[in-house]
Amino acid sequence: MLKINDLHASVEDKEILNGINLEVNAGEVHAIMGPNGSGKSTLAAVIAGKEEFEVTKGNVVLDGEDLVDDAPEERAHKGVFLSFQYPVEIPGVSVTNFMKTAINETRKAKGLEDMPANQMLKLIREKAEMLEIDRKFLSRSLNEGFSGGEKKRNEIFQMAMLEPKLAILDETDSGLDIDALRIVANGVNKLKSKDNAVIVITHYQRLLEYIVPDFVHVLHNGRIVKSGGKELALELEEKGYDWIKNEAVV
Amino acid sequence: MDLKGKLVSSFMAFENNVDIDHPVHDVRTEAMKNFEKKGFPSKKDEAWKYTSLNSLQKIDFSIFPKQDNALDYKDVKKYFIHDIDTYKIVFIDGIYSSNLSETTHDGVDICLMSSALTKPMYKAVIDVYFNKVASKEESLTTLNTAFSREGAYIYIPKNKMPKKPVEIVHFATGNESTLMLQPRNLIIVEENAELQVIERHQSLTSNEVLTNSVTEIFAAKSAIVDYYKVQNDAATASLIDNTYINQKSKSFVNVHTFSFGGKLTRNNLNFYQNGEYMDSTMKGVTILGEKQHVDHHTLVHHIEPNCESHQDYKGIYGENSTGVFNGKIIVDKIAQKTNAFQQNNNILISDKATINTKPQLEIFADDVKCSHGCTIGQLDEDAMFYLQSRGIPEKEARALLMYAFANNVLESVRIPELKARINKLIAKKLGVNLGFDL
Repeated sequence: MLKINDLHASVEDKEILNGINLEVNAGEVHAIMGPNGSGKSTLAAVIAGKEEFEVTKGNVVLDGEDLVDDAPEERAHKGVFLSFQYPVEIPGVSVTNFMKTAINETRKAKGLEDMPANQMLKLIREKAEMLEIDRKFLSRSLNEGFSGGEKKRNEIFQMAMLEPKLAILDETDSGLDIDALRIVANGVNKLKSKDNAVIVITHYQRLLEYIVPDFVHVLHNGRIVKSGGKELALELEEKGYDWIKNEAVV
Repeated sequence: MDLKGKLVSSFMAFENNVDIDHPVHDVRTEAMKNFEKKGFPSKKDEAWKYTSLNSLQKIDFSIFPKQDNALDYKDVKKYFIHDIDTYKIVFIDGIYSSNLSETTHDGVDICLMSSALTKPMYKAVIDVYFNKVASKEESLTTLNTAFSREGAYIYIPKNKMPKKPVEIVHFATGNESTLMLQPRNLIIVEENAELQVIERHQSLTSNEVLTNSVTEIFAAKSAIVDYYKVQNDAATASLIDNTYINQKSKSFVNVHTFSFGGKLTRNNLNFYQNGEYMDSTMKGVTILGEKQHVDHHTLVHHIEPNCESHQDYKGIYGENSTGVFNGKIIVDKIAQKTNAFQQNNNILISDKATINTKPQLEIFADDVKCSHGCTIGQLDEDAMFYLQSRGIPEKEARALLMYAFANNVLESVRIPELKARINKLIAKKLGVNLGFDL
């Protein structure tokens, strides 16, 4: 489904991604771990199309199509979703209205009519229930004054609404207490299917107890330096990242 | 002859058509002397540094329309808040249109300045209020005073509230190739009374129109006044709006100014707080393009203790448009416990657009809370990426963020139909249809 080939990306001439190769197939969950500053969030942002980062080499191919020149919204229309580490607050735009706009713009891009209002409402209600989101929450301004946990839950709610092919969860576990973590992870697990894929970016192993990865990759200095199964995450938890760094130097 | 000369010489002709024995005429004559002495303000005046009236003064404006002009309601319906019932005071080329208006004397007076200035039954009120809060020094205000004859007159007695909002609408038909209008409004809201007003100036052609308007508002104890100015005029219409508000204790006066159009718009909005425990609110949304120019000059004079003022102006400037915000707050020495807030946030969406923003605080009391903040920026790139990553295209994302940016100001609009209308105007101005109201 997703094929990243020798991806190099930089910001203000500083190279952050340094030749990433990664293949993710439908139905798989991949975890990307690594120490702070290793390029994890940059990789997520580059896949989603943040303009701040310049792709200097390589490509990101989704279902055979190179995404590198696509605007973020075009990538979204093709099924890419990024759950933000720091979701942006948009005062004055309610969660519901935001979702309506996002869904209908995506439909428009696919040549579909707007979703009928009652169907939209039903969908919103259903997905909110799945993530144990209170109805009142939906009429609040997007992310404004939300707690860390509420913001993350709202991200997964958006994912549930948009039903992406490829979901990238960037540090979705940060700022979550154990109950919120469980709700969020359950949501992601329910959305998982044989037709979609998830990339979980995390610093800690904790989230991976709930969202069990098929593959774990370790990122260091903008490269994947080690890949393995889910047991690699446990090993990292136990030993920290230093041995990886040393191994990488060798 | 320049415009000043033309106005000065027109004054004699004007005198032929008004009762020069009425005491109001002494006020006019004094005002004319002041204007004759001062003339139009120039860029040398600090208050007019960023707004030039030079090119307007070169236009040979017709001062008095030569004929009565009529309009069909169906042709101008869209300029009214037609989905609700309102009182209407409508003028066509400066002349009252009984056809388009709906006035009342049923417990409240919602009628004409020309009646108030001439009929004996209004004399007592005119003596007390006319030209009592408007400046006797500011040249354009005195110019208006000199020619004051027509406009809206609203008197709401104690404990009364009109059944519906009042719309004051001025149309310019373009039957004159150029036209200068000087409407004069007097609005008195007595103790514990309430009033909602929507004011609009609309030129119907591309002929040059210059309006120099003065509105005096008196809000007595515990009165509530909501005043909405909808400025979305043609590209050849200029407006100088001079609004003076005298507030008494425990009153609330809110003025919203929506500036989306016109060639040159100058809003001089002046609040005088003569009492305690009152609140003055000024809010504005300005969205400009082309070569439009809007200048918001606000003044709040805190004269007595324990009062509040709130100012919140948002501006979005595109193409070659220019904006000015100058917010002056004066807190007198005895006006302790004053809370004065002022905010002016601007977004420039074109490299050629300009905004000059300046807070001006003169605080003589020591136990006060005054805050002010001016920002000029572009749209937040992180927010743009966030919206786009959810499938919202760049143009719509921009519009959504601009909506969000202006939203604070719309929240306090208390006439839902007007709010909906403003929302539509904003969407139109931003060139998008988001499919929902905020």
